[in-house]
Amino acid sequence: MDHSMEQAVEQVHQAADTVVAAAAHAPDLHYAIWLLLFPLIGVVFNGLILRKNIPEKMTGWLGSFMIIASFAVAVKLFFELLKLDPHLRAIDVTFFQWLHVGSLQIDFAFLIDPLSVVMILVVTGISSLIHIYSIGYMHDDPRFRVFFTYMNLFVFFMLLLVLGNSYPVMFIGWEGVGLASYLLIGFWWEDMAKATAGMKAFVVNRIGDFGVLIAMFLMFSHLGTLTFSEVFPAAANAWSNDINNGVVIAIGLMLLLGAAGKSAQFPLYVWLPDAMAGPTPVSALIHAATMVTAGVYMLARSNMFYMLAPTAAYVVAMVGAVTALFAATIGLRQNDIKKVLAYSTVSQLGYMVMACGVYAFGAGIFHLMTHAFFKALLFLGSGAVIHTMHGGLHHINDHHTDPQDIRNMGGLRKKIPITYWTFLLATLAISGIPGFSGFFSKDEILAYSFMNFNSGGSILPYALGLIAAGITAFYMFRLVFLTFFGKYKGPEGSEEGLHESPGTMTIPLIVLAILSVVGGWIGLPAVFGEHLNKFAGWLDPVFHPGFEAVRYHPEHLAVPMEWALIAVAVTVSLIGIILAWNFYMKQKRQAIPDDQQSGFGKVLWQKYYVDEIYDAGVIRPLINTCHFLWKQFDEKVIDGGMVHGTARTVRWGGGVLRTLQGGVVGSYAVMMVIGVIVILLSLYIR
Amino acid sequence: MSLWLTSIVFIPLLGALILILVPSSRSALIRGWSFAVMMVGFLVSLPLFWTFDASSAAFQYVEKVPWIPSLGINYHLGLDGISLLLVLLTTFLGPIVILGSGAVTKRLKGYFISILLLQTGMLGTFLALDLFLFYIFWEVMLIPMYFLIGIWGGTERIYAAVKFFLYTMVGSLLMLVGIIWIYFNTTVPGVGHTFDYTLIMQHASFPAQAQLWLFGAFALAFAIKVPMFPFHTWLPDAHVQAPTAGSVILAGVLLKMGTYGYIRFAMPLFPEGVEFFKPAMIALAVIGIVYGAMLSIAQTDMKKLVAYSSVSHLGFVMLGLFALNAQAVSGAMIQMINHGLSTGALFLLVGVVYDRRHTRKIADYGGIAKVMPWYAVVFTIVALSSIGMPGLNGFIGEFLILVGAYQTAPVWTIIAATGVILAAIYLLWMIRRVFYGPMTHKENESLTDLKAREWATLLPLLIFIVWIGVYPKPFLSKFTVSIQQFLEQAIR
Repeated sequence: MDHSMEQAVEQVHQAADTVVAAAAHAPDLHYAIWLLLFPLIGVVFNGLILRKNIPEKMTGWLGSFMIIASFAVAVKLFFELLKLDPHLRAIDVTFFQWLHVGSLQIDFAFLIDPLSVVMILVVTGISSLIHIYSIGYMHDDPRFRVFFTYMNLFVFFMLLLVLGNSYPVMFIGWEGVGLASYLLIGFWWEDMAKATAGMKAFVVNRIGDFGVLIAMFLMFSHLGTLTFSEVFPAAANAWSNDINNGVVIAIGLMLLLGAAGKSAQFPLYVWLPDAMAGPTPVSALIHAATMVTAGVYMLARSNMFYMLAPTAAYVVAMVGAVTALFAATIGLRQNDIKKVLAYSTVSQLGYMVMACGVYAFGAGIFHLMTHAFFKALLFLGSGAVIHTMHGGLHHINDHHTDPQDIRNMGGLRKKIPITYWTFLLATLAISGIPGFSGFFSKDEILAYSFMNFNSGGSILPYALGLIAAGITAFYMFRLVFLTFFGKYKGPEGSEEGLHESPGTMTIPLIVLAILSVVGGWIGLPAVFGEHLNKFAGWLDPVFHPGFEAVRYHPEHLAVPMEWALIAVAVTVSLIGIILAWNFYMKQKRQAIPDDQQSGFGKVLWQKYYVDEIYDAGVIRPLINTCHFLWKQFDEKVIDGGMVHGTARTVRWGGGVLRTLQGGVVGSYAVMMVIGVIVILLSLYIR
Repeated sequence: MSLWLTSIVFIPLLGALILILVPSSRSALIRGWSFAVMMVGFLVSLPLFWTFDASSAAFQYVEKVPWIPSLGINYHLGLDGISLLLVLLTTFLGPIVILGSGAVTKRLKGYFISILLLQTGMLGTFLALDLFLFYIFWEVMLIPMYFLIGIWGGTERIYAAVKFFLYTMVGSLLMLVGIIWIYFNTTVPGVGHTFDYTLIMQHASFPAQAQLWLFGAFALAFAIKVPMFPFHTWLPDAHVQAPTAGSVILAGVLLKMGTYGYIRFAMPLFPEGVEFFKPAMIALAVIGIVYGAMLSIAQTDMKKLVAYSSVSHLGFVMLGLFALNAQAVSGAMIQMINHGLSTGALFLLVGVVYDRRHTRKIADYGGIAKVMPWYAVVFTIVALSSIGMPGLNGFIGEFLILVGAYQTAPVWTIIAATGVILAAIYLLWMIRRVFYGPMTHKENESLTDLKAREWATLLPLLIFIVWIGVYPKPFLSKFTVSIQQFLEQAIR
């Protein structure tokens, strides 16, 4: 016991030495601040300086170029790190002192390491494409300039989130992206439902933020620091001989609460489907590709706590697995194209969270990245579909038919081939078809969860994840078949108005389609060779920080076993696709009209009535309690009873003296002042 | 001995005396003069920010002359890290309050004289280092505030004014008894009995039992002023009835008199009382945080909503003070400033639409972001600061308070942290109902966006809301040493 303790302390010292050594050789990365400054310039110009008469194109390209510039900085940082020895790839860049009070020492500083670099590459890369796409999509919107301001603001905060070198600095970005999300969901706020959706997102996220705050309080009171480079070694030092200490479990669970808010996990996922009220590029960027992955990022960043608290890790894995399955089942019966994708996002985020729970942090981040490619593509594709449907409906002056309802679509593949082909590639990727990006990352997560089971963990994460994979393939192909195949079901005459979207929209689709296919090739499974998983190798220093005492050692899978797992996963996906083909192509089934919903299908269509349960179980009671406290307690008991009661008693007692007093407080006041002055003067003069 | 602090305190009074000579009909002159006086007051106080020596916990710029020597009463002013920012906040809000009084037309001269007198009273309270002098300033403040609510207030103004006055008076009288007791029980060699704060701090040692009573007397007076739950019911009435400027002063400065009273007098003078009452004070503070926030959720009147949110925010300050460590007390200090800036700004903002539509009912608005887009932007930023959005000032205060309080009272702190969720609910819900959705009232279609004068009141506040959030160091560093000393004094 003592020996291993010494060992742990020794390791901490070694780690500290390494950090010092790294600092000595570290290149000066202060230019990383430009990652934030570029989007900020965009915000200032589009938000404050430029006026209404500026042409749309200029606003749009200004906003887009700022993000592309950030992307360039991110690429430079990547190569800078690549030049360094892997164990030196963690560089703190301090800009100024932020919160320095007593032992609390928080700087405004970045941590440039393999994890943050992956994140900034994904964020700026995808954002650039979506900004360009938005120039076409938001064309003629009266608040075009505001839109780009908010989008740049979002990127600013998202980059701060992943770059911050401490929990509080991360938290600035964390709350900031919540704000940008709130503003963008409610972008068309004239519609009260959209404004409400924005507010719901913010408030539900705040419940998660509460968890992050408590986790920070716990860390600070037990470890005395909140900076990443200090807090993880300190945690290893404190608990590596005390695995599953109550405090570290609590930290793990509170961080999970935060992640559940931001990454839309059960039971806090409810805001995300409503968030689809925002413009579609927002859904693609914020509510699919980047912001919602922040929770996963935080879990991966905090991997040390889960190494030290396997119980908390198990809860993380289960929350992720349940979310993956639960949301996938809802996706089976949704008819709004964006709602299907929204629940699919919740489900895929479940996989990433589950990955963190089975110590597959690298695989979680890998899926985060591939998902960013194919889900951004799916959403932008859906946006192109909606754009096309709008055009068709506009053609016949129809303003009632819902352009997002797949029951009004069908046969679109002939009309919009680029959209169709790119959408199909993304669907193959999310379904886990071998060769496509999603296959590699999802396979890695499933393999790790099986490995975890093999090393004595539960089978549930693997089993739930596998079932969800089959359901995913089914509902995604249902969506593809109903949207792009069969006969067009829109209003008569609108077919004439269906056209492919402009180049600013289709080019990002094509780029993302390429990434959705090849993006997984940097992380090939071990069966193809020892070191082919370049992605895992790149992230390895972050997730295996060199503390032997807390290192997780799963039993590695034999090659035949790994082949078997791949075969099972692919079979399950194929079954899903074949079933969907059988239903919607062969039998030509259609999505069910609202008035014919019944049985369990209706429960799915109604999303398990979770919103209704929240409304009746949480929101109404809260508001009623607030009202009761105000009207019955504050006004009647405190003010009426205590305050006026006292006043009445005094008045009754004072009745005797009433003759002396006029009862006007104003005159009391004047008399008091005069009295005071007279007394003072008399004293002084004496 | 310089007369710097004296001039800061009495410039507004001097301005008020001169204003008496101005004929009531010259309304532009009255406004201009009042603004000039406040501006001079602010500019005179401003260099304190640079010249103040933050490495010392001692009182600086001290002025001490015997006033009533036979009773050991001195005219004694001084400034330390604890009062510095509060003084600057007061002088900073002065010109803003004058600009924010554009809607007042009735009995203009009396109105501005009241505000100027109030300013002198508030500055004196923060700077007085003699208990007797402190009490005089403390009481003097009441009178102009009473008139501001009672004469220039809304329809229920008399009720609200009387309630404000009596409530505060009751508390003050107990404190007066406490002050007199201290006087008779402090004997300084060569001086005798004294009201002098620094002498009392140096020489007095009160029996533990007496400290409990004394703390109780002071604490009640200050708890009413803060106001702490359950002594808060005067506040919503006073705020709703007060004119906009009155509300800004009330929220911005007057409430801080209570919290300042704790940190300057009740806590360092009576550490035994602090030790004994600490659990109760923390409990009341946290109840106030949650209770104030929950009542805000239920409100239908914008001003009342902001008033109850003050109960919640001041609860944070009290929690920070009684958590008694560097982070929490620093958080409490900065939160006092933050509340003055943010809540002051919220009252100004409510005043903006009230001046145009003469209603504060949330239901009378809806969708007005369409006609008042900049107003919506500013309102949202200020609300976010009040919610505790990182990057803005509110977060700095709340985070420091909570992170510090967790060391002392973890369970209460977790409950307090739910206030962070509730704040998002009441403010964003109000924003949604006021700004978003379709335009529901025809009268609102002609609302005009912020005018230059309104920008002039809001912009300075916005600058500090952002500055303190992004780079709080210049502010936090001002009171670091003073708080160290406070902790040594207040912890038994």
